[in-house]
Amino acid sequence: MNQQLATDIMDARRQRGRVWRTQFMVMWGVIVAALLAFILVTIRLDSDFIQKWLPFILTGVPVTIFVALISIFFASILATLGALGRVSRSPYLNAIASFYVSFFRGTPLLLQILFIYLALPQAGIVLPALPTGIVALSLNYGAYLTEIFRSGIEAVPHGQTEAAQSLGMSDRTTFRRIIVPQAFRIVTPAIGNDFVAMLKDSSLVSVVGVQELLWRAQAAGRPTFQSMQTLLVAALVYWILTIVFSFFQNRLERKMATGDRTPERSR
Amino acid sequence: MTLQHVVHPAEIPGSLVAPGAPPILQATAIEKYFGTARVLRGCSMTVFPGETVTILGRSGSGKSTFLRCLNFLEEPSAGVVEISGVRVEADPLRPRHEKASARIRQLRLHAGMVFQEFNLFPHLSVLGNLIEAPIHVKRLPRKEAIELAEGFLAKVGLSEKRDEYPSRLSGGQRQRVAIARALTMEPEVLLFDEPTSALDPSLVGEVLKVMESLAHEGRTMIVVTHEMAFAREAADRVYFMSDGEFVEIGPPQNVISDPQDERTQDFLARFLRA
Ligand SMILES: Nc1ncnc2c1ncn2[C@@H]1O[C@H](COP(=O)(O)OP(=O)(O)OP(=O)(O)O)[C@@H](O)[C@H]1O
Ligand SMILES: [Mg+2]
Repeated sequence: MNQQLATDIMDARRQRGRVWRTQFMVMWGVIVAALLAFILVTIRLDSDFIQKWLPFILTGVPVTIFVALISIFFASILATLGALGRVSRSPYLNAIASFYVSFFRGTPLLLQILFIYLALPQAGIVLPALPTGIVALSLNYGAYLTEIFRSGIEAVPHGQTEAAQSLGMSDRTTFRRIIVPQAFRIVTPAIGNDFVAMLKDSSLVSVVGVQELLWRAQAAGRPTFQSMQTLLVAALVYWILTIVFSFFQNRLERKMATGDRTPERSR
Repeated sequence: MTLQHVVHPAEIPGSLVAPGAPPILQATAIEKYFGTARVLRGCSMTVFPGETVTILGRSGSGKSTFLRCLNFLEEPSAGVVEISGVRVEADPLRPRHEKASARIRQLRLHAGMVFQEFNLFPHLSVLGNLIEAPIHVKRLPRKEAIELAEGFLAKVGLSEKRDEYPSRLSGGQRQRVAIARALTMEPEVLLFDEPTSALDPSLVGEVLKVMESLAHEGRTMIVVTHEMAFAREAADRVYFMSDGEFVEIGPPQNVISDPQDERTQDFLARFLRA
């Protein structure tokens, strides 16, 4: 009798879950169909045009991924240095690092890109478009990651430092062998997160003429007033890229959060 | 009230301590302020090689603070600590320079510590936890460090957990690993801060057993604990702390079974009633 009731409750709950998921998917379908209808009504889908320009646009994908990858790499290095400065005892290093973070988080990324490309030549520093984009993205994301790395270092429980010290480790050894490896695990998901964001923000470097995805979509659509088609293609590609990399990022996050590497519980 | 804090080992029945041996640890007139709160009021302690000393006292009386002052995890506001010939004086006004830090590290090498919350390194395996300091502090070759570590793992009965990570161990096993980790640095004195207080009651026994065997093999230990049975059986001497002072010191059969100070009597009466 009781047993029966328990099974019934579980069945009912499962049934409600199925209904919810179905409704969820139906709603997605409705939105996508509406979008498609809107596109088909407003423009003629000129398959010749798309066929002609699609390869041109897609050539920007490797450029986008390359810019994002190399920039997240340099950003991580900058952030490591920045975080070291922020947790050091030296007031000078602290000042340098906090100035860096404050300045690059306090000004628009687009302005930073333009500044390097257009303003620095006045000071005799001339960078081509691609390096400009990479430098700007690295500096900007490095500033955000600095704070994340710092909080990662500070998130390692104080008991870890005390245990290391009680074993006679110097501050340096403690930091290098005990704090950094644990902080690294804490911040790895954040790096993945920022990489996905960077995939999209890298489109900003199109303003200086880096021929990445957005630049190519614009270039293809503008002459014949067919930007609707080309920008939609670019949007779709960005969307797919973020879905794919978010998937890997989620897996990474889950891997970091479970298994042997979890911080020990107290009991 | 004046207290004679040195009980000569010869006076202690059943002690393993060789009569006339010089003390291995001497803490003199330790004071500690947290802000303006005076948490330690001139605490002194003398421990001879092979002794097991327990510190009892109510929560918040300053037991942990005193223990942490012994290895300068907490810098005393005043006082001197000397362990196996390494003498460090409190110098809280000046920033600590490299020479002073090196001296404090030297002191810590003579005093292994076991924490209430274990504080194992979660990113390292059990073996990794044990060999980290021997390799990176004592600069032992890896092979030697592993041999040493395996010996101590066997001693705490966890040889088969060698490659496990701390998160996969029970609390009792974690604390035994923490004890083994402290032992791998071969310290002259072991400091324990309520090593069983974070444990499930069913797991307390295995840790106490390890500690008792260490006491019996003649290790010098200072143990802050609420385990009255351990204090009674394993301790050569009991220090009772109240409000930052040691108010009663002596062998357990005196301090625990026949306390003279009324604060000790009060504490024990409450404790036995609880
Ligand atoms: N870092 C700190 N800052 C300020 N006050 C502190 C600090 N650590 C301890 N205290 C205070 O010092 C006093 C003694 O603390 P301590 O931890 O030494 O007590 P205890 O005897 O070990 O207690 P318990 O049995 O609960 O562990 C307490 O009043 C506590 O609030
Ligand atoms: Mg305590």
